[in-house]
Amino acid sequence: MRARDPQKRSRDFKEVALGLTKAQAVKEAKRCLQCKKPRCVEGCPVEIEIPRFIAAIKDNDFSGGLAVIREYNMLPAICGRVCPQENQCQGGCILGKKSKPIAIGALERFVADYETATEQSESPVCIDGNGHKVAIVGSGPAGLTAAADLARLGYDITIFEALHEPGGVLTYGIPEFRLPKKIIHREIERIKNLGVKILLNWVIGRTQTVDELFQEGFKAIFIGVGAGSPKYMNIPGENLNNVYFASEFLTRVNLMKANQFPAYDTPVKKSKRVAVIGGGNVAMDSARTAMRLGAEKVYIVYRRTEDEMPCRLEEVEHAKEEAIELLLLVNPKEIIGDERGYVKAIRCDKMVLCETDESGRRKPNCSGEEFTIEVDQVIMAIGQTSNPVLVKSVKGLDLWGAGYITTDCDGRTNIPGIFAGGDISTGAATIISAMGAGKRAARAIDAYIKETASLTSQF
Amino acid sequence: MFKILHKDAAAPQVTSLIIEAPYIASHHQAGNFVVLRIHEKGERIPLTIADSDSDKGTITLLFQKIGKTTEELAMLKAGDEIRDIAGPLGHASPIKKYGRCVLVGGGIGSATLFPILKALKREPNKVIVILGARAKELLVWPDKFSEYADETLLTTDDGSSGRKGFVTETLKEVIEESKVDIVIAVGPVRMMQAVSEMTKPYRVKTIVSLNPVMVEGTGMCGACRVTVSNKTRFACIEGPEFDGHEVDFHELVNRLGFYRAEEAEALAKFKSKCKGKCKK
Ligand SMILES: Cc1cc2nc3c(=O)[nH]c(=O)nc-3n(C[C@H](O)[C@H](O)[C@H](O)COP(=O)(O)OP(=O)(O)OC[C@H]3O[C@@H](n4cnc5c(N)ncnc54)[C@H](O)[C@@H]3O)c2cc1C
Ligand SMILES: Cc1cc2nc3c(=O)[nH]c(=O)nc-3n(C[C@H](O)[C@H](O)[C@H](O)COP(=O)(O)OP(=O)(O)OC[C@H]3O[C@@H](n4cnc5c(N)ncnc54)[C@H](O)[C@@H]3O)c2cc1C
Ligand code: SF4
Ligand code: SF4
Ligand code: FES
Repeated sequence: MRARDPQKRSRDFKEVALGLTKAQAVKEAKRCLQCKKPRCVEGCPVEIEIPRFIAAIKDNDFSGGLAVIREYNMLPAICGRVCPQENQCQGGCILGKKSKPIAIGALERFVADYETATEQSESPVCIDGNGHKVAIVGSGPAGLTAAADLARLGYDITIFEALHEPGGVLTYGIPEFRLPKKIIHREIERIKNLGVKILLNWVIGRTQTVDELFQEGFKAIFIGVGAGSPKYMNIPGENLNNVYFASEFLTRVNLMKANQFPAYDTPVKKSKRVAVIGGGNVAMDSARTAMRLGAEKVYIVYRRTEDEMPCRLEEVEHAKEEAIELLLLVNPKEIIGDERGYVKAIRCDKMVLCETDESGRRKPNCSGEEFTIEVDQVIMAIGQTSNPVLVKSVKGLDLWGAGYITTDCDGRTNIPGIFAGGDISTGAATIISAMGAGKRAARAIDAYIKETASLTSQF
Repeated sequence: MFKILHKDAAAPQVTSLIIEAPYIASHHQAGNFVVLRIHEKGERIPLTIADSDSDKGTITLLFQKIGKTTEELAMLKAGDEIRDIAGPLGHASPIKKYGRCVLVGGGIGSATLFPILKALKREPNKVIVILGARAKELLVWPDKFSEYADETLLTTDDGSSGRKGFVTETLKEVIEESKVDIVIAVGPVRMMQAVSEMTKPYRVKTIVSLNPVMVEGTGMCGACRVTVSNKTRFACIEGPEFDGHEVDFHELVNRLGFYRAEEAEALAKFKSKCKGKCKK
């Protein structure tokens, strides 16, 4: 896909990837073999009929193509941009065996953007309501998808969101240069047009409890609160000044617009030499954000090799183009501060890869060699875990691991009427898998309410 | 949007607002706080819920003007609206029957103690309140406190009201006079640190309410982390109250100063823009 010039783009927050032109899209669509047993579809967590939407593009029927996607995926402009396609749809594409797989994500983005470029503003959709109220907790991809699907089935939906803006990670985590906010706003408007109400600043467990929602007449509750709590490394120096968790750094910039300080009130420290620890999307986003805030040098410090990096392929490539340096097989062991309590360096172990571990990846071990990098800012992006606020407020809810909600495949928890999905039940995963979970839960909630309604009407 | 119903000056530089927020009011427990954002471009700042009335659906916030956001907040009038308020956040204070309790408030921190005082009295407990400030006019709500407390002791640095001196001296006397079961101290970090150091040799359980910089206040960002018993804790969801004998105050003070340059810049810009109107 076309992208903006690395030198220019690495200093502003405008979108990096430019998307396909009409001619490029049609040309790419023509490459698709229209497989009888499409392997690409198996790779997509929501099983979009990929050959069918590509065929429509080939015929210049872009809105037809989009309609196919929308049957499965409410947020194509978002997924087309940020799905880890190489592990999902494109990873399965048969063409990938010999040459390049079809750029399915880019095509998906193209039809979604094409529609916005041409469409009129959408008006509210009229749906016959069935009178049943369902509460959705959290407005990330899982919650939004569950809300949209249930609204279409006639349910009266209210989303409760703790922050002052909806969207979950899409809004507070993923930067503007990768996923422009106006795209998220547009998708959320579309969902509101289905009659979905969104109550912001509403922390379930604190502002209201789940029990109170049931008492207010909600027939079922879907919990999609994500896994937003940052993990720490437990090394000395983590609380020095100018050591950030990626979540804080990104929230300041994305949600609070600290890059525009002082026009916006929230500040963020702009630093010269930055080390970002981790190898996932969160690390790449932090590193590229630090660059855009004006850093001279940004390192990604990762304890395995590039092959093991869990981020999207495109992100690490874009990061390297933007002159971000990867320090691979390096594990930080101490953050060193100056006499004022500010970061001045990190001390690291050089690693070597040894035998494979349970995850099938080769385990990094200390080589015994050690070195120090001078930096004035450290951003820790080593993962997120479950946030206890809501989870702990629901008595008797079955949990697994570090506080994730146990569900069956359709999002049923052990408590009748309470459903859950997305990162809070799987641990940190992907946008499309959270959406898939929202979709399956919507179906299960519909079945549950129909069943309980028919039971009560018998009496 | 959250409507301001009533505004008052509680002390010079200290403003109190009564705000319509029915869900927060009905769920408020002593020790909780809210995070608010005045407008679209505003910062999210935490403020303790100083009082609430669940029948009327209101909460009271009491704050000191120290920077851009609090200056701007103090300019709002009854009838104006605050864009975002989320809460009640944080753990409730550990309210139970202790026996003889001492609440120590420094400056604006005293406000936090008011709902705690009311809750402790309900148990019931004997509660002695020590309020300290630089000067008489900076003491917050001394009358409201003495209405509920068994004893209210005032101290000022300049001796303009109550005893001349620091709260720790008065606290020491109270502890030596007879057994104290718990001390809860809220105020400037230095004061909470001094109180904790003072009570430690007496082995009096001491709770302090920490005020690190917060961003969202729901456990998601880690901005508010503090070190307690050598462990990292998130003050917004695991606090804000902690055992004062275990808190790393040095680190807290250091982290609180991290954005000083930016805060000064924001305040200077705000003051020059609103030329004089700020004073209204
Ligand atoms: C920086 C970053 C970059 C990423 N990049 C990618 C990417 O490129 N591709 C990809 O596929 N995935 C990516 N991910 C992962 C992906 O964003 C998540 O897997 C996905 O957002 C999970 O969706 P969710 O709906 O479960 O939760 P979230 O998106 O986390 O949303 C949960 C929402 O619930 C709200 N909430 C929490 N508690 C409460 C409560 N008590 N009451 C009310 N509301 C509450 C939160 O405020 C939040 O808005 C990235 C994640 C991060 C952090
Ligand atoms: C749990 C908690 C409860 C609080 N309760 C009260 C209260 O009831 N009344 C009151 O007057 N103050 C209270 N504070 C402090 C209050 O949040 C700060 O005074 C306020 O954020 C200052 O903002 P500013 O823009 O006016 O000043 P700034 O110039 O931005 O900052 C001045 C100082 O305030 C602190 N501060 C700045 N931003 C934040 C932030 N986002 N979060 C926390 N502290 C910050 C820093 O120490 C800073 O040096 C509380 C803080 C916490 C953490
Ligand atoms: S939703 Fe994601 S995985 Fe599915 S086809 Fe689209 S880009 Fe591929
Ligand atoms: S596997 Fe590749 S070539 Fe086959 S249908 Fe899917 S996208 Fe087309
Ligand atoms: S303020 Fe973000 S975790 Fe506490």
